[in-house]
Amino acid sequence: MSKKKIISIAQITQDDVEDLAFGCALLGTGGGGSVGGAILEVKSAIKKFGPVTVVQLENVPADGLVMPICGIGAPTISFEMLNNGGEAQLLRQEVERVFNKPVVAIMASEIGGSNGVEPVMWASRLGLPIVDADTMGRAFPEVQMGSFFVRGLPLTPIILVDFQGNSITITPTSGESAESESRAFTIAAGGVALMADYINPAATMIGNVIVGSISNAIEMGRAVRGTHEPMKRLTDLLGAHALITGKISEIERHTHGGFVRGSVTICGTGIDSGRQVSIDIQNENLVAKENGRILASVPDLISMLDTQTGTAIATEEMKYAMRVTAMAWPCDPLWRTERALQTVGPRAFGYDIDYVPIEKSQR
Amino acid sequence: MRLDLRVGIDVGGTNTDAVVLDENNRILARTKQATTSDVRSGMQNALTYVIDALGTEAQRIGRVMLGTTHATNAILERRSLGRVAAIRLGAPASLSLEPMESWPDDLRDAVCVDTCILEGGHYVDGRRISPLDEDGLRNFLSSVAKTADAIAITSIFSPTSPQDEERARQIVSEVLGNNMAVTLSHEIGSVGLLERENATILNAALFGVIGQVISATQDVIAGAGLVVEMLLAQNDGTLMALDFARRFPILTIGSGPANSLRGAAFLTGLTNSIVVDVGGTSTDFGVLINGYPRESAAAVEIGGVRTNFRMPDLLSIAIGGGTIVSGTAAQPVVGPLSVGHRLTSDALISGGATPTLTDALVAEGRLQLGNHAVPQIELERLQSALHSATESIADAIDQITLGNALLPLIAVGGGSLLIPHDIAGVSHVLHPENGDIANAIGAAIAWVSGHWEGVVAHGDEFNEAITNGRAIACRRAIEAGADPQIVEVVDQTETPLSYLNSPTVRLVIKAAGPLRHL
Repeated sequence: MSKKKIISIAQITQDDVEDLAFGCALLGTGGGGSVGGAILEVKSAIKKFGPVTVVQLENVPADGLVMPICGIGAPTISFEMLNNGGEAQLLRQEVERVFNKPVVAIMASEIGGSNGVEPVMWASRLGLPIVDADTMGRAFPEVQMGSFFVRGLPLTPIILVDFQGNSITITPTSGESAESESRAFTIAAGGVALMADYINPAATMIGNVIVGSISNAIEMGRAVRGTHEPMKRLTDLLGAHALITGKISEIERHTHGGFVRGSVTICGTGIDSGRQVSIDIQNENLVAKENGRILASVPDLISMLDTQTGTAIATEEMKYAMRVTAMAWPCDPLWRTERALQTVGPRAFGYDIDYVPIEKSQR
Repeated sequence: MRLDLRVGIDVGGTNTDAVVLDENNRILARTKQATTSDVRSGMQNALTYVIDALGTEAQRIGRVMLGTTHATNAILERRSLGRVAAIRLGAPASLSLEPMESWPDDLRDAVCVDTCILEGGHYVDGRRISPLDEDGLRNFLSSVAKTADAIAITSIFSPTSPQDEERARQIVSEVLGNNMAVTLSHEIGSVGLLERENATILNAALFGVIGQVISATQDVIAGAGLVVEMLLAQNDGTLMALDFARRFPILTIGSGPANSLRGAAFLTGLTNSIVVDVGGTSTDFGVLINGYPRESAAAVEIGGVRTNFRMPDLLSIAIGGGTIVSGTAAQPVVGPLSVGHRLTSDALISGGATPTLTDALVAEGRLQLGNHAVPQIELERLQSALHSATESIADAIDQITLGNALLPLIAVGGGSLLIPHDIAGVSHVLHPENGDIANAIGAAIAWVSGHWEGVVAHGDEFNEAITNGRAIACRRAIEAGADPQIVEVVDQTETPLSYLNSPTVRLVIKAAGPLRHL
């Protein structure tokens, strides 16, 4: 299976929002937060403030400041305490004040889940283009699990804002303190905040991001629109391997400190009758196994899809007897270096296994 | 004259059923009539039928219990809805999405007078977001004084910090008088701002509808020369007094399936089981736990609007007795379209030209119905369609039982024969007699409930407050008609509130009991 060339999207309009959200949910690999609320916000913003221009990093002025953006906090709180709408404008002002330079574009830090969808609302409200890239190419649970950290870019000041108009600038001494200081502000802000980190000129970012994330997500949505064979369309588009098609026969799941851990077992049906695949979960789907053999593992992407519609199923939505297809596809080459695997490989999540690229384990 | 008879009426999408029970729950009369587009005449037909069947005994009718889809239909058809002014308290949070912004345009046009987002509301930990903007609230209320039929108030994190909604209600009565109808979101739904706000606005839009249902039913009853008490079925499987129904009309949504579940429990004597209600167009699967419907916490979409109020946990599939069969014998297509009402004219067994699952049942010899034989040429396709429908039903059973094959399955509803005796995934299958009117029976045998809710601080007076609350809930159930000897607290929900100073809970107590003799 070879991956198709993704066509670059130039603009995001109302009509693209559902497609983008479909792709972001799939790239969430079970985590990343529900995209449902973000769809409403983005549609509303585009209606009021207009469509969003998508740019390639190479086309941004080399010394122009790009603001990577993500929401941080507890999803359940964000469902109750919705955005003010002015958060990104404040974030931009603070970034421009601290860096003494105008922001020329924004970027999603994390394309997977709601954090891939919401930046489009901010771009629309700011009237700024959004870069067709992100720092994960999927969803990861921790702030430092991004390409800038892995590629060794120096830490820059982190800026957080809340809906009240509070803002804070953190100049962290390490990735770990960046995480813990940000969490502290978020708790004070009532559990949700908007954050920009690794704020750099476009030239510094080139080569250190996952390219094509926005286009890729929208293409996924377009691929399944109106089709009767969503699985075939998606495997062709992503160069993905269908691990098993069947029904969920067992779910073990517990929540601790805002993180979901557990495993889900899928019993094969049809041509997969008699097979059984289990997937380990820590917010995201991390390792797929069959009879003790590893079929796929993080940082390759493992998603659970509704077999009928191809819609991604988040870990909290999984229910016994759902008809699902588990699918895995290669991560960006950026994640396959030794340093990257130390941060996001199976061992970084506590598994005593070596990472084997999906193309090799599925050969 | 003893008033020992009661009438259960269930107005469903396809049929309006009525049943008369005596005090020993024996069925004295029953009927199944077509639901009419005005709903009222279908109800009148059903009631007139059973009253005629009773003859002079009809004078013994003391109560009428009504389960109805009026509220659902009003929302789906955007008809008879009240005009609502929606107030959200929580600025500067949540300004990015206005109330009703995500609603379908036609529904918003039908319901919305005006909306505003004012300062107020709380954080998850009970801190204030901002002080309640009382002046802004008064100004907004004055501006809608002539146009609004009702006010819907939703404050951020009100399920755990309800005080701003309570204060806002006081201000509404100060500005617009005590007669202005108000719905507060913490009385309707749980955390999830837009879903709770949507349910709150819909509830406020249904005040007029529920008033019409009540007076229309009372007219029909009076027209039949009866003087009776009336109660409404709600979606937890109990009955509510009219004054409570007038405050929470949205709770009638989902009462049909809840009644089916309760009726199935009554007809079989089982309290823990799976219940499947097979209608003309669709089939609902639910779960009975200790005699009551299992409830769902998931968001429910009504008329294109996401809501999160309490509902029975149901799984619906688009397969029913009237489901149309097409495709080929090798690859039959089952539904989702149904002939609905027109089964008696369009189906093959009625001399029509549309093959349906009912035709398949007749062809298989599982049902005797109709006056025309199923043409030979259709047999093979119908057989494989029935096979495919049975597979879908087995899949649904697997999902609703969570794989626990030890529970029995009770099949009710007009199309219950679609459920074979040997279906996989359950211990055994029951097809109780009169199961086709299980929903009307469920309304007639339901217990009547009363509620109390309040905010109680932990400490010395905690237990005393709970005792008082339980007594009030029981008293309200008794006032609504429950037997004082048997009434009991059936549910007590404590939601910890996030006050910074002292630990406090919001307490909702539900008491219920069988109806006392009149």
